[in-house]
Amino acid sequence: MTVPAPRIQAWAYPRGPRGPAPRLAVGGLRRYPRAVSVVRLRNAVALAGRFPALAGLDLDVAPGEAVLLQGPNGAGKTTLLRVCAGLVPLHSGEARVLDHDLTRSADRRAVRRLVGLIGHASFLYDELTAWENTRFWARAAGVDDDSAQSALVRMGIEGRLRDLPVGSMSAGQKRRVSIAAVVARRPKLWLLDEPHAGLDQDGRDTVDQLVRDATAGGATVMVASHELERARAMAPRAITVAGGMVVADTAATAGSPGVSRLPGVANVG
Amino acid sequence: MWGEITLVTGKDLRIERRSRVGLTQIAPFAVTVLVLFGFALEGDSATLRTFTAGLFWVAVVFTAILAVQRSFTVESVNDNRDALRLSGLDPIAIFLGKAAALVIELLVLEVVLGCVVAVLYGGSVHSAGLLGLTAVVATIAVASAGTIYGVLAASLRVRETILPLLLLPVLAPVLIAATRAFEDALGEAAVNGWSWLVLLTLTAVVYTAFGALAFGTLLEES
Amino acid sequence: MKTLGERDELRNTSSRGTRILGGLSLVGIVFMGLIGLWWSPEDSDMGDLVRIMYVHVPSAWLAYMAFILTAIGSAMFLWKRSVWWDLVAGASAEIGVLFCALALVTGSLWGRPTWGTYWRWGDARIVTTLVLLLMYVGYLALRHVDGDPTQRSKRAAIVGLIAAGNIPVVRMSVVWWSNRTLHQKDTVTLADTKLDNMQLVALLFGVAVFTILFAWMLLHRFRIAWLENETEQRGLEQALIERRSESLVKADRALGAAEVRP
Repeated sequence: MTVPAPRIQAWAYPRGPRGPAPRLAVGGLRRYPRAVSVVRLRNAVALAGRFPALAGLDLDVAPGEAVLLQGPNGAGKTTLLRVCAGLVPLHSGEARVLDHDLTRSADRRAVRRLVGLIGHASFLYDELTAWENTRFWARAAGVDDDSAQSALVRMGIEGRLRDLPVGSMSAGQKRRVSIAAVVARRPKLWLLDEPHAGLDQDGRDTVDQLVRDATAGGATVMVASHELERARAMAPRAITVAGGMVVADTAATAGSPGVSRLPGVANVG
Repeated sequence: MWGEITLVTGKDLRIERRSRVGLTQIAPFAVTVLVLFGFALEGDSATLRTFTAGLFWVAVVFTAILAVQRSFTVESVNDNRDALRLSGLDPIAIFLGKAAALVIELLVLEVVLGCVVAVLYGGSVHSAGLLGLTAVVATIAVASAGTIYGVLAASLRVRETILPLLLLPVLAPVLIAATRAFEDALGEAAVNGWSWLVLLTLTAVVYTAFGALAFGTLLEES
Repeated sequence: MKTLGERDELRNTSSRGTRILGGLSLVGIVFMGLIGLWWSPEDSDMGDLVRIMYVHVPSAWLAYMAFILTAIGSAMFLWKRSVWWDLVAGASAEIGVLFCALALVTGSLWGRPTWGTYWRWGDARIVTTLVLLLMYVGYLALRHVDGDPTQRSKRAAIVGLIAAGNIPVVRMSVVWWSNRTLHQKDTVTLADTKLDNMQLVALLFGVAVFTILFAWMLLHRFRIAWLENETEQRGLEQALIERRSESLVKADRALGAAEVRP
């Protein structure tokens, strides 16, 4: 017995005021000849243990887009990002990310090189210094040391801080180092899970600027955040996730009204 | 591939050098085990000499469990197993790198233990070559098996308890073979240590090959 | 298509096949007792002790057969990724551990009057079997760890393969090792014993009966595991329904929050 997923997702989402710049769209088409979307999920069901964290989620994200994921705790935002990163296999449904079919394990492994995930955990070795950590992850990804160095500088980890073991750093400083490790890899798809958490004003501004630069450079960004003000400023399109499904998909600009095709539940916009 | 292996090995050894967990906790534990054996065997030097090889390898195997757990604790604290999966490193390289780091750590530990055994239990070395080769090959087997089961247990809530249960029985052949070869090298028993070394080598090759094949799958499921 | 659990006759995991197998094993065990205890003569060397062999040898045979089936199941699972093979491997290992323990116990009972001790480190066979038992106890412990079913299956399959691959290594090392402790050559082993016709019949009959018994137990154990698996799947479908309704309920609030804009 299968449960049909209620079709409550808006298929056609409005583009942001900019939309993908023509140059980027061409690049996107060249790089992804078969799928225009960078992320394309259809009725995706993913399990966290035995719990269906994603319960039939549909989503399309275009190249160069910055998307805000919002929703209550336990909505499935983190699992969604982990699915896109190729870390969580699908239980059922379809998923294509950066032209990789994530239902196949070889593709799941391959797509990981192309994405940058900043999650709740720091992904750092507490015993190693900021520089050693960043360099290790950069070299693991085949990136030269200079990129690691400039990524650290970009995140404001310089001087004494650079050679301080991560374990003795404050939460915000650790956060900066883990972001630097991702920045060094120059991912095609940024998956940011609460990137502002623990950061000071300056750090938050840096993150926002990073996202703007990434999209300007043709990369795609998905941000899960509760810092709605900040996240909306950098991500023109906002998607609301609840109960493991997309319940609203809207452009957070004054011009375009919120789009919701949620029969009998809510009518917004 | 080679670069990736040394990258991982270097990272693990650097962490070990910083934290000094091996030096300040694991090595003293191993020495304590040797001292307790002395008490259990009533400090009888003849008995102790007879069983030197066996006691030494039992101490090494017990200590290896701690070293394996430590090796995967550093990958678990900040969810670094996820980061390793995302890193683009070849799982085979991660396996070989982590196993190599364990081999180096355990070999250093064995040198320390060897000195302690020489002082506490007495005895003399007849064939240093056999002794050294046995130590290296047996340590490779222990480290490979340990790395397989280490990553397997790393994501389980019961990892501390299930790791010894899974690891110790498969190390039984290694323990037997290394003990016999050591007995020959120490001149304590009239056995052909070199043929035991062949068996050890076979075990080491099998565990390393199997680990290289299985590690990717196990890391995926951890 | 009706699933196993929905078929009425399978509610209690038995079917015509298992009933026949069960009946055969029951009758077989009765005959085993008759042949083993009355119809076969006592042994020239071992006397009545040989009768323990009629249980001991089939148990050991069954244990090894079960472990080999576990290895096959593990390999097939890794190849085909089908739960079916994983459940076969698990069910088989459980029965294997049971009969491995039985083989060791009967072996010790036989060893006490024969060797004068319950346990003899010099006997490579029992030492190997004990190490194997410990390995498969670990395997079962791993299977019982709660967690994601797919992960559990993969981990178990790999451990099952390692354990099976270890059988020859353990065997070889223990044989070599026990050569040293085995000074006297007077050990009574089965291989040295000249078997009487009726003794041979008793032994082979025991092996046959235990093989049927194994098939019967395996079918039942497998079906229980299968039903457990189905229950888990159904639990998942239920969870999926609840999760989706949660999204509908929460959508209102979430959307409301989403619309608070500067």
